[in-house]
Amino acid sequence: MTLTEIRPDVVADRTIAGRSPWQLAWARIRSDRVALISGIVVVLLCLLALAAPLISAWNGHDPDEQFRDTGITDQGLPVGPNGEFWFGTDRLGRDLFIRVLYGARVSLLVGVVATGVAALIGVVVGLLAGYYGGVIDTILSRLMDVVLSFPYLIFAIAVVSIAGPSLTATIGVISFYSWAAIARVVRGQTLSLKEREYVEAARSLGAGDARIMFVDILPNLLAPVIVLTTLLVPAAIVFESTLSYLGLGIVPPTPSWGNLLSEAQGFYRVAYWYLGFPAASLLITTLAFNLVGDGIRDAIDPRMERLFSRRRRKRRSPPAPAPATGRSDAATS
Amino acid sequence: MLRRFLLRRTLLGLLVLWLVSLGTFFLFFVAPGDPARTLAGRQATPEQVELIRHNLGLDRPTIVQYFDYLGRLVHGDLGQSYFSGESVGKLLAQDFPPTFSLVLGGAVLWLCLGVGAGVLSATRVRSFLDRALTTLALAGVSMPTFVVGLLLLYFFFFQLTMAGAPILPPDSYVPFSENPGEWARHLILPWITLAMVQAASYARLTRGSMLDVLGEDYIRTARAKGVPEGRVIYRHGLRAALTPVVTQLGVDIGTLIGGLVVTESVFGLGGIGQAVVQAFVSGDLPVIMGVVVLATTAVVVANLIVDIAYGLLDPRIRLA
Repeated sequence: MTLTEIRPDVVADRTIAGRSPWQLAWARIRSDRVALISGIVVVLLCLLALAAPLISAWNGHDPDEQFRDTGITDQGLPVGPNGEFWFGTDRLGRDLFIRVLYGARVSLLVGVVATGVAALIGVVVGLLAGYYGGVIDTILSRLMDVVLSFPYLIFAIAVVSIAGPSLTATIGVISFYSWAAIARVVRGQTLSLKEREYVEAARSLGAGDARIMFVDILPNLLAPVIVLTTLLVPAAIVFESTLSYLGLGIVPPTPSWGNLLSEAQGFYRVAYWYLGFPAASLLITTLAFNLVGDGIRDAIDPRMERLFSRRRRKRRSPPAPAPATGRSDAATS
Repeated sequence: MLRRFLLRRTLLGLLVLWLVSLGTFFLFFVAPGDPARTLAGRQATPEQVELIRHNLGLDRPTIVQYFDYLGRLVHGDLGQSYFSGESVGKLLAQDFPPTFSLVLGGAVLWLCLGVGAGVLSATRVRSFLDRALTTLALAGVSMPTFVVGLLLLYFFFFQLTMAGAPILPPDSYVPFSENPGEWARHLILPWITLAMVQAASYARLTRGSMLDVLGEDYIRTARAKGVPEGRVIYRHGLRAALTPVVTQLGVDIGTLIGGLVVTESVFGLGGIGQAVVQAFVSGDLPVIMGVVVLATTAVVVANLIVDIAYGLLDPRIRLA
C-alpha cells in the first residue's frame, strides 16, 4: 500500500457532511463538558426561577409571609435550616428558601433584560460609528470612552437619587453601563467589514446605508456579539446584586439576592444560613453563566483569547500606533 | 517631544475635566431634588425655604451658578457643603487617606497575584496549573465584591475570633501616621477583598498578552541566540506584555478612587466612596462636584502616567 493509495473502505466509513459554522460551534459546545454542565445549571436555575410561585404554593410559604410561631426563635432570631424551612428563615421569620427562589427571578430578569437592551444599543451605536467614521465615529467613540471609564457606581447612585430605586432604574443603569463594551467591539469589526467586496457589491447594486449596515454587515457580527452578550449577563447579575446590596436597586420587601445579603450582614454572627444561601446562589449563577459564555466563545471562535469581556481587548502588538491616538481606551478618560 | 506630549495631554485632561464637571452640574439641576427644602426640614415655611435657597445662591440662573463655581474652582476653591457648611476641600482631605490606602495596598496585592498567575498560566499553556488558574480567575470575576468582603469578614474575623484568635479586626480605619501597624492590620481584609476581585481580570489579561508576546519573532530570536529561558520570559516577554496590564491599572486606579463604595461600606472605612453616596442621597452639590473633580483628575493623571510608562516598558512605542 503506497501512501497515496485511496482506500475506499476507509473513506466509505465516514460520512462527509457539509457543516455550517453554527453546526460546528454546536458540536464543539457539546464536547465541552464544563460548558455543558454549566449550561444545564443555567437551565435548571431558570426553571426554578420560573417555578417559584408553584413551589411557593406547594409548600404553602408566601415569600413575604412571616412565620411568627415556627420561623423565629424565642430570642427573636432566625431559625436554621430544617424540614419546614430548607434554607432557614430570615430576621422576620420569612422562608429564606422561597425568598432566594424569588430573588433568582429578579436576578435573571435584570440580567437578561439589561443585557438585551445593552446589546441593542451597543450594536446600533457600534455600527453607526464604524460604518460612517469621521466625526460621527469620533463623537460616539469618545462617548464610549467616557461611559467605560466613568466610575459606574457613582453614576448609578446619581441616577437612583434622581429616579428613586426601582426595577426599571436598575435595568436602565446596567444597560447604560454595558452597551459601550459591545459598541466598541462592533465598531472595530464594522471598520474592517465595511471594506469587504460584498459591501462594495451591495452598494453597486443600489443598497442604502441602512440596508448595508443591518442586512449585509450585521449578520457577520453575530458571533462576537453573542459571545459578549453571554458574558455580560453574569456581569449584569453581579451589578444588580451590588446595587441592591447598597439599597439602590431592588427595594425590600421584594427579595433580591443583593438585598437579602444586605439584610443578612447584620446577622452573620448568629445565622450563617442567612448569608450563606443567597451568597452561594449568587456565586453559582454567575459562575455558571461565565463558564457557558467562555464555552460559547471557544466554540464560535477558537482563536479568540479567553479574556473577560468587560475589560477592553487590548491592541495586539506593535507596529505601534502612538499611544495617545491609537489607544483610545485610556487616552481621553 | 515629551514636553509637547505632556502639554497636549494636560490640555486634553482639562477638557475632559471641564466636560465632566459641566455634565454633573447640569445633571444635578435636572434632578427633582431640592437641597434647600431638605435643609429647611419638614416644618419650614416657603419663606424660610426661599431664604435658604437664596443664601446658598440656588435662586440664581444655573448658568451663572456654574460659572461662579468654575471661577472659584480655578482658584482651587471647591466651595462649602450645603449641609455641614464645611469646606469641601477639607472634607475630601479627610476622606482621601482611607480610600487612597485601600487602592494603593490593594493594587500592589492584586498586581502580584494577577500578574504572577498570568505568567504562570501563559508559560504552561493547557497544563493542569493553567486550567486551574484560569478557572479560579473565572470564579474571581464571578464574585461580587461585597460577597467576597462579607465572606472574608465571616471567616477571618468572626470565626477566627470565635476560635479564640482575634487576629484581624472587623472594620474601621486607623490613620497611617497614628500607627502604621494598626493601619495595615485594619486594612488587610479590605485589601484582600479588592485584590481577589481585581486579580482575576489581571491574571486573564496578563495570560492573554503574554501568549501574544511569546509568539513574537523577537522572542524566537532571543531563544535562538541562546538567552536563558527565564530571561526570555521575564526580560523580553513580560516587559512587553505588561503594556495592556499597565493600561488597565491606570483605568482601575483612577476609577477606584471614586468608586470604592462597596468595599468601604462593607468594612466601614469611611472614604470618598461613602462620602459621595451620602452627598448624592442628600443632594449636596458642592460635595458631589468635589468628588467628581477629584475622581476625574485621578483618572486623567493615572492615564498620563500610564502613557509615559509605555515608553519605558516597550521601547517600540514612542510618545507622540
